[in-house]
Amino acid sequence: MSNIVGYACIVIGLVFDIFGCIGLIRLPDVYNRLQATTKCVTLGTCSILIGTLCIKGFTGAGTKAFLCSIFLILTAPVAAHALARGAHISGVKLWGSSVCDKYHQDKEHKQK
Amino acid sequence: MKNKIVLFLVGYVVWILLSWPLDRAHAYVGVVVVGLVAFLTGDLFTRRPHHFLHVTRYLWFGCYVPLFLWECLKANIDVALRVLSPHLPINPGIVKVKTTLKSDTALTFLANSITLTPGTLCVDIDQKEGVLYIHWIDVRSSEVEKATQLIVERFEKPLKKIFE
Repeated sequence: MSNIVGYACIVIGLVFDIFGCIGLIRLPDVYNRLQATTKCVTLGTCSILIGTLCIKGFTGAGTKAFLCSIFLILTAPVAAHALARGAHISGVKLWGSSVCDKYHQDKEHKQK
Repeated sequence: MKNKIVLFLVGYVVWILLSWPLDRAHAYVGVVVVGLVAFLTGDLFTRRPHHFLHVTRYLWFGCYVPLFLWECLKANIDVALRVLSPHLPINPGIVKVKTTLKSDTALTFLANSITLTPGTLCVDIDQKEGVLYIHWIDVRSSEVEKATQLIVERFEKPLKKIFE
């Protein structure tokens, strides 16, 4: 039973990872691409790790997979945040048909 | 001193999980290694160690985890649908939202939660003014109050109970 659940988790994880990769190619600018990759790859990879935990049970490999998934949930958004902030500060423009950029407005406002 | 003890306990749990199945040699080495790490970096880990003794904080954390996982799953399905649909239904932009949270940990968790929930990515935080800049893949309102209501509010209450 736990084997079936584990394999199901791994398949779901792989599907979400593939969606993340498609998003990386199809979406137009840095920020949108970060959105797709961060969300899909975090849940996809965590799902694969939880699947490993289900199949292996609480053995050496299982507990390490569980720890890795927690670290991934805590660190992946921080990395995305750092990349997005760095990109904006170094002047990467938003996609042409973006609606608004309050961050840019506020930065210009502060400089004046 | 208290924050070093807290870090020692947390670190020792992580060590046990890393070196599972536990035997005597690993347990002794763990005390030395975790003790050294706790001694060197205990002050960086937490500034208010007495918060770790409040039971209600753990209960609220138990409520927060399912909410977070549900939002995370919804976010993934949302992104998958957007990416797979042929004409790419996106309407992106950076909006500004306000938050009442003040402490470092609470803000970090809020930013992480926002990044992993549907269509939003935290770009920058201004801690002094309590302002977050959010990249939103489908901007429904560029006004500060409306965006705050849509993005931040569902997380603010449990995070306030846990970390403030």
